Amino acid sequence: MEYLDLIFQETYKILFLLVPVLVSVAMIVWLDRRVWAFVQKRQGPNVVGPFGLLQSLADALKYIFKEIIIPASSNKIIFILAPIITMTLALIAWAVIPFGVDQVLADINVGILYIFAVSSLGVYGIIMGGWASNSKYPFLGSIRSAAQMVSYEVSIGIIIINVLLCVGSLNLNDIVLAQNDMWFVIPLFPMFVIFFISALAETNRPPFDLPEAEAELVAGYQTEYSGMMYAMFWLGEYANILLMCALGSILFLGGWLSPIELYPFNLIPGALWLIFKILFLFILFALVKAIVPRYRYDQLMRLGWKIFLPLSLTYVVLTASYLFYFNLLPTN
Amino acid sequence: MIAHAIFFYIFSIIAVVSAVMVTVSKNTVHSVFFLILDFISISCLFIMIGAEFLGMIMLIVYVGAVAVLFLFVVMMLNVAQQKNQWFISKENSNHIPIGLLISVIIFFELIIVIGGWKYKPDLFNQDNLSIVNDVSNTHSLGMVLYTDYIHIFQISGMILLIAMIGAIVLTFRQREGVKKQSYLKQISRERAEGVEVVEVASNRGVKIDD
Repeated sequence: MEYLDLIFQETYKILFLLVPVLVSVAMIVWLDRRVWAFVQKRQGPNVVGPFGLLQSLADALKYIFKEIIIPASSNKIIFILAPIITMTLALIAWAVIPFGVDQVLADINVGILYIFAVSSLGVYGIIMGGWASNSKYPFLGSIRSAAQMVSYEVSIGIIIINVLLCVGSLNLNDIVLAQNDMWFVIPLFPMFVIFFISALAETNRPPFDLPEAEAELVAGYQTEYSGMMYAMFWLGEYANILLMCALGSILFLGGWLSPIELYPFNLIPGALWLIFKILFLFILFALVKAIVPRYRYDQLMRLGWKIFLPLSLTYVVLTASYLFYFNLLPTN
Repeated sequence: MIAHAIFFYIFSIIAVVSAVMVTVSKNTVHSVFFLILDFISISCLFIMIGAEFLGMIMLIVYVGAVAVLFLFVVMMLNVAQQKNQWFISKENSNHIPIGLLISVIIFFELIIVIGGWKYKPDLFNQDNLSIVNDVSNTHSLGMVLYTDYIHIFQISGMILLIAMIGAIVLTFRQREGVKKQSYLKQISRERAEGVEVVEVASNRGVKIDD
């Protein structure tokens, strides 16, 4: 009975986290299209529901009722597994995101490594989808994305090392609490910029959406997918974008801490602050999508390996020497 | 404790079965996917014995980077056909004795290690392995790695670096006749060298090429 109780409690907690995440993914798709439209002086989706808020729901309904087509020459098991893996990996990473001092599903010691590992597994959904489709465009898209995501993970990892040097712990709550005096965006501002750009590349957002470049590769790895399976790819992608925004706000923008420790700001709960910060980063993501043209592939690789990697490595040396010289290295 | 045992057996069965499937499956890409499954279940086992740092590093390094590149190569080279040829052809089977020899050696090594562990436990010096519960896994690993074993750690890092540089040097070749863009040249182009304003006499035109 004890086990059953535990399982029920945990399931309740998980649902309490996952349902809001899924609903906010739907809302964020609407917000993305809306921001994109406003930058280009259009209206965007504004018909279904007030301000078009229910557009994503209508889209989801449409996807559910569409037929799932599995190509005859595809590798069926892997073809079906690919969107499931993308979706699952995008959701399980939320387990360690802290929304308050102890408002976290799993407060593990190596939280940041867990998120990094899960986001580095995300490439498998794309590779499997592209390979199992047994078709030219998806295959090219998946090969591209494999190289792209592996290269940008390197710089994200080194940026995380920068933050960890200042914190001295791999726990996400410790990382947030270490920013009580000063958010890391101030001393590590160049790293924040590089993290933001690498996050764009890691989540295959424009201007780095080469795996699905519709002008050259039709839709890359998603070409052969239809109906609910396509929708799962889509949901997974946006859940990943939200996750990267959450990671950015935890690493650099102080997570659930309020910006000023003053009376009216103290009343707002920490979870709301985290949501504000995620939204702020997401609107930046959406603006970048609307403003910047797509990178060429060789330029993308050059940016990742020849500019971001040396810059972030140099910054690691700088941060470490600064902390060492002024005796600021965290000890615990 | 029962739940712990159940999970242990689930993960270890998955690990062993997928390790067998890596060698048995005919399709090379499937082999790589089974290898990835193997890595993941082994990292789960690491986490179960409390070595969470090792488990996560296993996921990041092996699954997140090494296996991706492995998959990349296997997909690009289309090794599947070659592997099938090896399975069928008889003349190419002269590598079988070597494989047998190596597997016999590994088998005897395993027997020696496990036998020694069983019958001579004093050979395994565990005195300097003190488990402190209030220090996290990552800290204690760092404590050992950067103090007692710093030289070995640095040397292995240097070996990896040299291997990486060597691989790049071996595969790098300068190709003739490939058009490349020089970003510096493109950015540093001034208006004066790009545009020329020419007075065009009417009815006569200009020759641009001189």
